[in-house]
Amino acid sequence: MPGLEDLYREVILDHYRNPRNRGELEVPPALLAEGFNPLCGDEVKVYVQLDGDTITDVRISGQGCSISQSSASMMTTAVIGRTVDEARDTLRSFKQMMSIHEHGLDSHEPPQDGSPEVPSGLGDLEALRGVVKFPVRIKCATLGWNTFDQALAEAHS
Amino acid sequence: MTLDVTAVKADFPLLGREVHGCPIVYLDSGATSQKPQTVLDAMNRYYETINANVHRGAYHIAELATNASEDARRSIARFIGATDEHEVVFTKNATEAINLVAHAWGRANLAEGDVVLVSLLEHHANIVPWHQLAEERGIVVRWIPLTDDGCLDLDDLDHLLEGVKLVAVTAVSNVTGAIPPVRRLADAAHAVGALCLIDGSQYVPHLATDVADLGCDFLAFTGHKMCGPTGIGVLWGRRELLDAMPPFLGGGEMILDVRQDGFTPNEVPWRFEAGTPPIAEMIGIGAAVDYLEGLGMDAIRKHEVSLTDYALRTLGDRFGDDLLIHGPTDTARRGGILSMCLREIHAHDLSQVLDQHGICVRAGHHCAKPLMRELGVTSTSRASLYLYNDESDVDALGDALEEAARFFDF
Repeated sequence: MPGLEDLYREVILDHYRNPRNRGELEVPPALLAEGFNPLCGDEVKVYVQLDGDTITDVRISGQGCSISQSSASMMTTAVIGRTVDEARDTLRSFKQMMSIHEHGLDSHEPPQDGSPEVPSGLGDLEALRGVVKFPVRIKCATLGWNTFDQALAEAHS
Repeated sequence: MTLDVTAVKADFPLLGREVHGCPIVYLDSGATSQKPQTVLDAMNRYYETINANVHRGAYHIAELATNASEDARRSIARFIGATDEHEVVFTKNATEAINLVAHAWGRANLAEGDVVLVSLLEHHANIVPWHQLAEERGIVVRWIPLTDDGCLDLDDLDHLLEGVKLVAVTAVSNVTGAIPPVRRLADAAHAVGALCLIDGSQYVPHLATDVADLGCDFLAFTGHKMCGPTGIGVLWGRRELLDAMPPFLGGGEMILDVRQDGFTPNEVPWRFEAGTPPIAEMIGIGAAVDYLEGLGMDAIRKHEVSLTDYALRTLGDRFGDDLLIHGPTDTARRGGILSMCLREIHAHDLSQVLDQHGICVRAGHHCAKPLMRELGVTSTSRASLYLYNDESDVDALGDALEEAARFFDF
C-alpha cells in the first residue's frame, strides 16, 4: 500500500503552496484553453504567449487540488522559454510517465518486459510519478497539461 | 424502538472488511448504501431457485418469479403509503424515474413558455431533463433561491409560481442535507393548478414516507441508496396521471396488442416497463424494504438525527472555524449529510488522506453544480450517515481530519 508521502512529495506541496506563474494574459495575443475535470469540478485556464515558435509566457488560473495545481505550476516552469516542439516533447514524456504501469515503478531497474521506459529528464516533474500509484488522481495531474496542449492547438486552428 | 447499531452493522457483510489495513468506515451512503445479507440472499435465491422471465411462461417457476417480483411492487407501495400498487412503476434509478415524467408527462402537457419550478438544491437528475425540454420545446426552468443557511427561500413563492405547470424539488439535499418544506410546496403548486414532483432519493431511505402526507403527484427514488441493489428505481405517480400518460420506451411487456398498423399500450404500471425488467433487483428492493421496515423507519430517523447532532457538535468542538459544514444546524431540518471544507484543503486531497484510514467519503461537486456555485465552492468532502454508522465512525472521521490538517498545515 503506497503511503501519502509517495503522492505528496515535498516539491509538490511547495508548488501547491507557492504556485508559479498564476494569473492571466490578454487574449489575444495570448492563446487560451479551458479544462474541466467533471469528476471533481476542477477548472483550469491555461494562457500561452508565443513569439514565433517560442513559448515566452504561460499563466494558470482556476481551482483544483494539490496535484492538479502543482502539476500545472511545474509545467509552466518546464515549458516557458522552450519552443513549441520542445514543450510537446516534455508533454509526451510527462504523459508517458503518467501511463506507466505500476509494476514498473517499484524497481529502479529498467523494465524487462518491453513496457515503456520511465522517461527521464523531467526534473522536478518526476516528483509526480508517485501519482501513478493512485489511479484516480492521474486525471488531476494531467489536467493542466491537456489544457496546455489544447491552447497550443489553437495556434494552428 | 431504538436501533441496535452493533447488530445492524453485523447485518452488512461489507462492513466487516478492512481497507489499507484499517477497519472500513463507510460514510458514503448518500452515494450508495451497503447491502444487508438478507437482500443479497433474496437475490441469490431468485437466481438459484426460481430464475425465469416474468409475465410470460405458464410453468411453475415462471409463476413464482412473477409473484416474487410483483410482491416487491406491493412492498414498495406499502412502504411509501400508496394505496394502489399500480401506482408503483419500476425504473432503472431515480434519474430514469424523473426522465420518465419529463418524457411521458412533460411532452404531453408542457408547451412553450410553461414553467417548471426547480430549486437550487437539485441534483443534476432533476435539472437536466427540464433543460432538455427547454431546448426541445421552449419551456422555462425557474429556480427557487436559497437562504444563507442553505435552505429554500420561499418569501417570494407566489411570484415564483406564476405560469408554473410543475414544481420539481428534492425532499433532502444531497449536498447540504437540508429538508425543504415539500408539503407546503406541493400545496402551493396545486393552488395554482400545477403538479408537484418530489425527488426522494435522499429522503425515502432515511425518513418514514407517506405519499399522501407529502402531498405530491410524483415521487422518484432509487433502490441502491436504501439498502437495495443498483439498477432498480421507482416512480410513484397518482393513478389518474399515470393512466393518462403515453408510454415512453416501446417494446415487450408494455403492450396489450401489436398489429401491422400499430399497437395498444398495456395498463399501468407495465406500460412504462418495456422489456424484461430487472427481476432480481425488484426482489432485492423488496427485501430491502422488508429489512428497513423490520428495524422501523422512525427508529432509523431518530438514530440519524442523534448521530448527526453528535457529529455537528463534536466536529465543531474539535475544529471550530477551521471546519465548515454546509447546511442547516438544526437537526430537525436536515438529514445526515455533512458537506465539509477543512481550511483551504481541496476535497480531493482531504478524501485521499481519509482513504488512507479506511474512511470512505465522497469528494467533488455531488452532481449539483448550480448549488455548488451558489455556495461558492467547486467541491466539498461529503460524509453521509446511515443506519449502520455510529459515534465511533464519526470519531474516526474526526481523527483523520486532524491528521489531514497536520499534513497540509500551511
